[in-house]
Amino acid sequence: MPDQHSSYKAVFHRHDVQLLGIIVVMAVIFSALSKSFLSPSNLVSLLENYSVMAIMAAGLLVVLISGGIDISFAAIAAVSQYVMATVLVRFGGNWLVAFGLSAGFGILLGIVNALLIYYLRALSVIVTISMMTFYFAILMFVTDGKSLYNLPDWFTDDLSLFGIPFPVVVAAIVLLVTLFLLSRLSIGRQIYGLGGNPEAAKRMGCNLLGLQCFVYGYSGFMAGIAGLVQAHRVEEVVPNALIGRELDVLAAVVLGGASLLGGIGTVSGMVLGIVLLAILQNGLTLLGVSSYSFGFVTGLVILMSVSATAYAAKHQQKQRVRHAN
Amino acid sequence: MTEILSSSQRQETGTTPEGETPFIEMRGISKRFGGVRALIDVSFSIRAAEIHCLAGENGCGKSTLIKILSGVHAPDEGQIILEGKPHSHLSPAASQRFGVQIIYQDLSLFPNLSVAENIAFGHHVQTPVRLADPKAMRKQAQAVMERLKISLPLEALVGTLPIATRQLVAICRALVGEQARLIVMDEPTASLTHQEVDALLAIIHELKRQGIATVFVSHRLDEVMTIAERVTVLRDGRNLGTYWVRDLDRNRLGELITGHVFESSLKAPFSSKVEPMLEVSGLTREGQYADVDLELRPGEILGLIGRLGSGRTELALSLFGMNPPDSGAIRVNGKPVHLRTNREAIRQKIAYVSEDRLSLGLVMPQTIADNTVVSVLDRLTGPLGLIDGARRAQTIDRWIFQELHVKTNTADRPVQQLSGGNQQRVVLSKWLATDPRVLILDSPTVGVDIGAKAGIFQVVDQLAARGLAILLISDEVEEVLYQSHRILVMRSGQIVGTYDPQRVSEQELREVIYA
Repeated sequence: MPDQHSSYKAVFHRHDVQLLGIIVVMAVIFSALSKSFLSPSNLVSLLENYSVMAIMAAGLLVVLISGGIDISFAAIAAVSQYVMATVLVRFGGNWLVAFGLSAGFGILLGIVNALLIYYLRALSVIVTISMMTFYFAILMFVTDGKSLYNLPDWFTDDLSLFGIPFPVVVAAIVLLVTLFLLSRLSIGRQIYGLGGNPEAAKRMGCNLLGLQCFVYGYSGFMAGIAGLVQAHRVEEVVPNALIGRELDVLAAVVLGGASLLGGIGTVSGMVLGIVLLAILQNGLTLLGVSSYSFGFVTGLVILMSVSATAYAAKHQQKQRVRHAN
Repeated sequence: MTEILSSSQRQETGTTPEGETPFIEMRGISKRFGGVRALIDVSFSIRAAEIHCLAGENGCGKSTLIKILSGVHAPDEGQIILEGKPHSHLSPAASQRFGVQIIYQDLSLFPNLSVAENIAFGHHVQTPVRLADPKAMRKQAQAVMERLKISLPLEALVGTLPIATRQLVAICRALVGEQARLIVMDEPTASLTHQEVDALLAIIHELKRQGIATVFVSHRLDEVMTIAERVTVLRDGRNLGTYWVRDLDRNRLGELITGHVFESSLKAPFSSKVEPMLEVSGLTREGQYADVDLELRPGEILGLIGRLGSGRTELALSLFGMNPPDSGAIRVNGKPVHLRTNREAIRQKIAYVSEDRLSLGLVMPQTIADNTVVSVLDRLTGPLGLIDGARRAQTIDRWIFQELHVKTNTADRPVQQLSGGNQQRVVLSKWLATDPRVLILDSPTVGVDIGAKAGIFQVVDQLAARGLAILLISDEVEEVLYQSHRILVMRSGQIVGTYDPQRVSEQELREVIYA
């Protein structure tokens, strides 16, 4: 029996290893085809470009592990970002104010999601899709779709720590915090439990409302931070700039091995998922492939990855049945 | 019923023969849900370290009683007396503080977490925002395992373990933390094999040695007879009394639970001269079964018994075209057939009622009517390819109401609202609507209570009398013994013997099966 378990665990490990293998192969191919692929400037801008995605993905990962899903995070990021930018433009402020506003608004909207899901007993996918439309419509209605360009200089000036750009630093911190939350804190383990068997979590005395608020609040929190980082990077706030990123982020997280059924997912897998998508999209751009074929290739990679996982799980199950007999 | 109540075996609750006072006593408990009276004046007591079975048919009030004990429901009337102190109701926390632990039928484990984390999950719940201490959790799990004298793979994910092992994990978890004094198990043996039941029994005795009482809910008579010391029988929300198991026999207990007298008579051997409807010779599938020969005549019920993994289900699936054999021949009504798909088997008028009716046999959220006609839709279509409503209604009326007497006022209810026995009847209707010549029943009574069981077998007898050839697969010896005309025993993929039910005992059959 012990070999059976280790082989089951190996499926998770194997997923990470497989992803890593594909990433290495891709990197080799792209660096052979394009000289600029491995150049430091390309790699740094690649990291910077995908740090906003990684921050949002961290929030989504936590929601997915808890057995829910959040489609509204990009809309939440857009709203929090706009609120923050409006205050900064009109009244000025500092990093603390910017951070507090953006993150605070994100948490608030996330908790609204949680309360709706909990009290309406509605499917999280339905609630968050509705709320995405709702938040975004309100934002467009109130702002008339106007962009804000005159952000304060202290906000838009390039920042770096030991030469690492600000967005990358923030993404790294966020990933470490999420890793710590999920693997070491009791509440993180409760989130895994909730995703694995909600009824059991309830019977064990978990505070379901509290957990839901935490999980969606965390996703909103991440969305708020992502909004701030994105505004800093592009030096402007365009209300609909982040809209449409939901599915890309979801794809990266699922590619990283998180289950849409809850209970399964890791930060390391998610990071690999993002790296794979990033390399793929960047490599294709460098090769001059039309941006329309992006979606084609991305979709294909995700499909292949998901079917490989499903096939492995099925194979595993068959072996178990044979073993039992 | 009056006859049963006045029985000399009726024993007053409260005072037990040894004069010991019970540590938990429920007195005069009544509970209604809307217009339904779930419990009527039920008194029930549990003594320290005893093994007590709560028996009764589905819907008799067993679960309600357990939920009152665990604090999920408050009774409308009555008292719960814990060590002499009366309470009008309990909260879940109070119940746990007193040492009552419930293990639900679904076990409520986390499949995605390790055994250690499952056992010590309480560690996470006590203070959510803190560093989890995996070492302390492992230690806690290790300590409980040592107490029970068992060993489980602490790092394995629970989802990868067999059901029996998961059950041990659930028992370990119940013993962590607050000092458990009573463990309630809701149908702990429903999906266990005989050896696993024996292992569970050993654990229950170990708990008893440590002063922990066990209440288990079951409707498998054999188990009640072997495991329990006392049994309390509920019927229609009333307590029929608490009995010492040593004073009862199986038939008597069956009578108490259902209120019917069962005559279990053996069937006369089938002496038909007619040609076999189904003939199998030399059927082999690598790694599953080998060289199987069998003959099944119209009107005959052939019992096929073997342990889980003996190849019985694989053989049945081959006869239904879902698991093509490597070699050998199958003849239906004298003609050789090649069953490569189940569509082919259905065309040959072979029907199969699966072991797992919940996942394979029925679409649970759909109505009884839709489930019944799903297998014959192509025969109900009119000239335009649309379903002929009148013929549909006719089919449903015939099978659901006239032939199988499903207990429902309308066929438009979702199947999931029916009891297990009635669901099984819907599955039967669905297959009978295809007008089969051969009916394969794979463990048709798993999870069905004893009263419903009798009902299902009545239907099976009627079908056989009308000339259907029936292959009855089961791992319950008594079921096959009393229900078949002839018995085949399968072991490790081979038919190891053919028996005449009138010339073999349960014990002899068991020895052949488990040899």
